Amino acid sequence: MTPPPRRKADAEEDSKTSSPPRRPSSGTGMRVIVPLQGLVQGRGGLVLGSVIPCALFYLLQFYLKRHRPSPSDEPAGPIPRTQSRSLLSPRGSSPPASASSRASAIAKASDSPYYAGNDKCSTDAYHAVSNPRGVIQLGLAENQLTLDLVRDWIESNLKESLLGDLQGELSIRGLATYHPFHGLMELKIAVAGFMHQVMQGSVSFNPSQIILASGATPVIENLSFCLGDPGNAFLIPSPYYPGFDRDIKLRTGIELIPVPCRSTDGFSLSIAALERAYTQAKKRGVKVRAVLVSNPSNPVGNLLSRETLYDLLDFVTEKNIHLISDEIYAGSNHGNGQFISVAEVVEAEDFDRSRVHIIYGLSKDLSLPGFRVGVLYSYNETVLAAARKMARFSSISVPTQRLLVSMLSDSKFIAEYLEKNRERLRKMYALFVDGLKQLGIECANSSGGFYCWADMSKYIRSYSEKGELELWDKLLNVAKINVTPGSACHCIEPGWFRCCFATLSERDIPVVMERIRSITESCKVNH
Amino acid sequence: MRIIVPLQSLVHGHGGLVLGSILPCALFYLLQHQFKRQRPPPASSPPSSIPRTASRALLSRSPPAAVSSRATSISSTDHESPHYEGFSKCFDDPFDRVTNPNGIVQLGLAENRLTMDLLTEWIAGSVKASLMDPEVGGLVSYQPFDGLVELKTALAGFMDQVMRGSISFSPSQMIITAGATSAIETLSFCLADPGHAFLIPTPYYPGYDRNIKWRAGVEIIPVPCRSTDSFRLSIASLELAYNQAKKRGVKVRAVLLSNPSNPVGNLMDRETMYELLDFITERNIHLISDEVFAGSNHGANEFLSVVDVAHTEGFDKTRVHVIYGLSKDLSLPGFRVGVIYSFNKIVLEATKKLARFSSVSVPTQRLLVSMLSDVKFIQKYIEINKKRLQRMYDLFVEGLKQLGVNCVPSSGGFYCWADMSKLMRSYSEKGELELWDKLLNVAKINVTPGSSCHCIEPGWFRFCFTTITEDDVPIVMERIERVLENNKR
Repeated sequence: MTPPPRRKADAEEDSKTSSPPRRPSSGTGMRVIVPLQGLVQGRGGLVLGSVIPCALFYLLQFYLKRHRPSPSDEPAGPIPRTQSRSLLSPRGSSPPASASSRASAIAKASDSPYYAGNDKCSTDAYHAVSNPRGVIQLGLAENQLTLDLVRDWIESNLKESLLGDLQGELSIRGLATYHPFHGLMELKIAVAGFMHQVMQGSVSFNPSQIILASGATPVIENLSFCLGDPGNAFLIPSPYYPGFDRDIKLRTGIELIPVPCRSTDGFSLSIAALERAYTQAKKRGVKVRAVLVSNPSNPVGNLLSRETLYDLLDFVTEKNIHLISDEIYAGSNHGNGQFISVAEVVEAEDFDRSRVHIIYGLSKDLSLPGFRVGVLYSYNETVLAAARKMARFSSISVPTQRLLVSMLSDSKFIAEYLEKNRERLRKMYALFVDGLKQLGIECANSSGGFYCWADMSKYIRSYSEKGELELWDKLLNVAKINVTPGSACHCIEPGWFRCCFATLSERDIPVVMERIRSITESCKVNH
Repeated sequence: MRIIVPLQSLVHGHGGLVLGSILPCALFYLLQHQFKRQRPPPASSPPSSIPRTASRALLSRSPPAAVSSRATSISSTDHESPHYEGFSKCFDDPFDRVTNPNGIVQLGLAENRLTMDLLTEWIAGSVKASLMDPEVGGLVSYQPFDGLVELKTALAGFMDQVMRGSISFSPSQMIITAGATSAIETLSFCLADPGHAFLIPTPYYPGYDRNIKWRAGVEIIPVPCRSTDSFRLSIASLELAYNQAKKRGVKVRAVLLSNPSNPVGNLMDRETMYELLDFITERNIHLISDEVFAGSNHGANEFLSVVDVAHTEGFDKTRVHVIYGLSKDLSLPGFRVGVIYSFNKIVLEATKKLARFSSVSVPTQRLLVSMLSDVKFIQKYIEINKKRLQRMYDLFVEGLKQLGVNCVPSSGGFYCWADMSKLMRSYSEKGELELWDKLLNVAKINVTPGSSCHCIEPGWFRFCFTTITEDDVPIVMERIERVLENNKR
């Protein structure tokens, strides 16, 4: 362990004596060599020895980062640019213009059975008279049971509702010109009133907390943009509505973490399972931003009890996350249970409201999916401000808004409609579930929505997703009925199917049951 | 001893470069890693310190739920450009010759009210027939999110009528969205990934900043145009901007321009289009042509669509995309109807799937199928509209001229691009905004200052003349004159 200064002196000595031929003017040369030698031999020690390599390393990283090729890069065209355009025959010779990598991912994403079945249905739709061998659509949650009332109303009220009394330019301005993208105030007021009626007077909604958009689909996406950043996640009890996969994941970059519910619990939400999923996500380093529930649930049809709502609110408050309640079927509960909105609970108790958001719309309760009307109801000022600005991307056509202001303000019509609708849903549900029961297919208890959640696990060849999809395929291509398999809804127990009954008329039911029977019979034989 | 000796050599620099660099580097990375793991996300608040008890009353003051950083930045109001600020002021106090003569005259919104009478007549006469399908299901049920086939067909026909080009528009290459705003955003998602950029000649429509950057995360690189060129696009500037971007390591994915341009009103000529198509083909990027004002050209020049030129000259059309809509040419901004027209299969496939987020109300689609199929009405409408636009343009530009304000000669759009630089106190953005403020709050007219459009030369203003009538023009000129007088003093 010789003290450094002496070694330095030695080195100096050495270089002086050993390398004069290389360094004629050794003055400058010395100044360079000595520190260098010091480095190599560990002189200047820790400081130099760490600073310089670190600096080099960072420079290298920086250089690599700048020149990192992006994923969708295409090689530059090899054609030299000349004046003569004829030589520049671009057809076929320049590389094809590539879309963004996110576009390619979206375009190529394979369709889940949920969409595949719907497509098949639209090309070969069943009709009792004109196409009796067509595919019967039980996969789209649409309600055609009370269209007659809607038709009558529109027929008698259309002109007035759209054009008023056509005095001069006023009404055309109210129809054709620019209006706030987040919805006419008159419509927000009318929608608030409608929601109040639908939820049977249990909650009063404030129109200024409403943002309107062209369907619940953009509402969910907008809200997702507002609550989470790319890489964040939402917890969502499964089975869940297959559309959420597209609505939430496609562009926002938010992950969906399913929280499995079990048939033994009637597929109702368990806070313990939520807790578990949250903790697992945390371990993985994924930041959970919200819990998304649908109430009445889709595809099962459960209503959330008051107690569960309390527990849920406790949970999100404790974890400091948001709660999104998709209540789009609020007015379509046909069972004995009573629908309770999260708004009711939040306003009754001293919960922090800024974390509660409700999704609503007119596609289900008013059977107007073609009108494209969705509602975001939030208590959070920042979310409202951001959503208001993003409304420009999914704004509702003003003539439709005018028409709806008129329709929703007709409380007598609305009351009659809601009542008749519930009655018909109840009746159809009973008939359908009974029909399935006679085939030995039990359905989960449900009180809301347009569907029943049927257990066909007895009839699948192997108790697995593969077996389930085989049965789904048989039902679609042999029996020609389109239902939604549980795997498309991320159900962890195979064999469950969602069957929507609200596009059928009573006389279609025997036809459907017969077709299902033909499959179940053949499956029985095989067992 | 065994410990001390290596340590000592470290300190004294023995073992040299290797130990001396590895150890500190390792420590440093460990430190960074620690920080990264524990780094709180930008918008999060400290976790609640209240212990969970059965009694809900104790659970009262939990920290507010944090929103995403995107929501925070979008909602914050410091990003309000004068373009939008003027709108809200106007909305609160709109001018009306009879009921509110001291209100703010709206010259900042490119909305066309010149032909409302024609629309009123048509709708009143035909609404019932066009909406009452034999089956009400055709009105209220789920339909394809990217638009009814009948509407695509009718729109393709309308675009043929408006653009009168050598190529027919095909319904199968069209995606219908809820407004051109959404069309631009959706196309941005499909042509670029976050962090990529579009080159846009300036001055440009202020809305692009929102439509392209907010959610799609695409950067905009302005390509300045100069008054000496009448604000026409220069391929040399494009070239320059492209190379600068490349140096910075930013990947440019497309050039976006509007034709007729907004806010200037230029029509692009065939030669420039050739060069532009050359440019993008050579760089292997896309071209987005925003042609919403195609049918609103009122000058002597004919509108030429980029699709036309690409087709006749044999360019690769898969890199050419057109944005269109009914908000300008058919004066129906309230209907919310936009169009993405593309030849690129992947883009069409992706935008079709994204159409679920911005679909048009079916009753509106039915109404429009009827209206657009009424070819005679449409023809008459387009003609009369052009005449009235020409008239208002002439009146307005003349009026400004008499005040000593010159406009760039323009042949399209609902506005004129006026040079008020001589009338500003200081030749700067600050001076421009001062003048804008005076115009808004003293003269009570809302106009769009050039800085909102990212114009590099201060003092230019966009005046829209389609929301007022001929009788209002003298009133507007008189108000402007008052402010100019005051300024001169």
